[in-house]
Amino acid sequence: MFAGTRAQAVNADLRGQMQNIIEFQDVSKSFGSLQVLDDLNMHVVPGEKLALIGPSGSGKTTILRILMTLEDISAGEILLDGEPLWHEMRGGKRVRASEHHLRKMRDGVGMVFQQFNLFPHLTATENIEQPQVLTHRKSKAAAREKAAEMLSVVGLVDKRDHYPHQLSGGQQQRVAIARALAMDPKIMLFDEVTSALDPELVEEVLNVLRKLAEETDTTMLTVTHEMNFARDFADRVLFFEKGKIVEAGSPEDIFTNPKEERTRSFLRKFLTGIN
Amino acid sequence: MEWSWSVAYDVMPRLAAGLIVTVQATLVGALVAYVLGLALAILKMSPYRLVAWSSYWSSEFVRRTPLLVQLYFLFYVLPDLGIFLEPFAAGVIGLGLHFSTYTSEVFRAGIENVPKGQWEAARSLNYSTIQTWRHVVLPQAIPPMIPPLANYLITMFKETPLLAAITVVELFNAANIYSNSHYKYLEPMTLVGTFFLLVSIPAAALAIRLENAFRRKA
Repeated sequence: MFAGTRAQAVNADLRGQMQNIIEFQDVSKSFGSLQVLDDLNMHVVPGEKLALIGPSGSGKTTILRILMTLEDISAGEILLDGEPLWHEMRGGKRVRASEHHLRKMRDGVGMVFQQFNLFPHLTATENIEQPQVLTHRKSKAAAREKAAEMLSVVGLVDKRDHYPHQLSGGQQQRVAIARALAMDPKIMLFDEVTSALDPELVEEVLNVLRKLAEETDTTMLTVTHEMNFARDFADRVLFFEKGKIVEAGSPEDIFTNPKEERTRSFLRKFLTGIN
Repeated sequence: MEWSWSVAYDVMPRLAAGLIVTVQATLVGALVAYVLGLALAILKMSPYRLVAWSSYWSSEFVRRTPLLVQLYFLFYVLPDLGIFLEPFAAGVIGLGLHFSTYTSEVFRAGIENVPKGQWEAARSLNYSTIQTWRHVVLPQAIPPMIPPLANYLITMFKETPLLAAITVVELFNAANIYSNSHYKYLEPMTLVGTFFLLVSIPAAALAIRLENAFRRKA
């Protein structure tokens, strides 16, 4: 099912030839007078696993929400596979993206939310099955088969007929991961997926993500406060503050030898549990 | 004043026929109120200001004017504009239109209680707007709406005697016609009241049970 390996996907030799799958060009975002992203430039290569860390309100979640088209941008441009996300060309002019364009672009992107957001009136299987049928026009049988496959990836085959309220938070989140994966996105976004969980349920979810990061060539962005997880999961870590990237590098660079004082002080607070 | 069983027996067949009309008017009127109410609720929540604003105010206008006046308008004024409605049709349109302004509030509250995260999940899975409504929002919003909608059904049932004003021969009007020609009011009107109670008390009990059932689930 999972083609390629992580090592292939981020192979340094390939990197130079590959087109960026995500590119932020001078992106700004404000909510009223509050500037959340400030002239942000960043790129992601296909298959890369990225961890976004930083204090609350630093704009990390906004980046994911913009990629999922849940928020628009105030200025700049975002390219997915070279194609503008928030704009399109119509009659030779660059205009704001229509819902039609967004729908096309959204197809390659999947997201897992902090609050799971499973559909409460559907069972685990139906939660995974319905989007495939409605969005991808798959047959019910094919969608059901895929749902079963995904439930086994997240280790929940025995809960397939349970409703969300009959599942623990960790199990609900794993179903949500399976639901997003079943749509075969090229880009997966994980927004603080363990923040709403009881501490004892965090690891079961993180272990699923570790396994996915290892076994798939899907591009993944995760916003997290779990630093040990970020270290295992990511090829590259970006440290954000006030809507800007303060420091970026391998997990080794960021967690062991951070160059910036602000990164050091953030990590210090984190490790001593003040933040 | 003395109760006469022979009058009671005499009027009974007419009352039974009237009761059937009352129940029909209630059910058809409620159907109109529910369908129109849902449409009105969606319009009131429209992102287009003008649509939201105009549907809000037309709904307020209908709600703040008496149903009796609206029925007169539908039945006696519209013919001047070339629109002729049967009494029963005018009655259920009036009843349904009037109560749609109440049911639309039930629908609006129910829809707004569906968490924002559900809309976002649907969007992240690339559902169209119609798919989002049909497969995500309404299935969650409708169950808690059932008890208040059942209560409006009972209220509409009790309001049906107003249709007598536009010549619909429902339960009350059936009794009234008999009373006016026989000068007997005690038996027919007592029986009308009894009929209403016989239907509305069990219905109210059922509505309370529905309400408890949904509260337990929540």
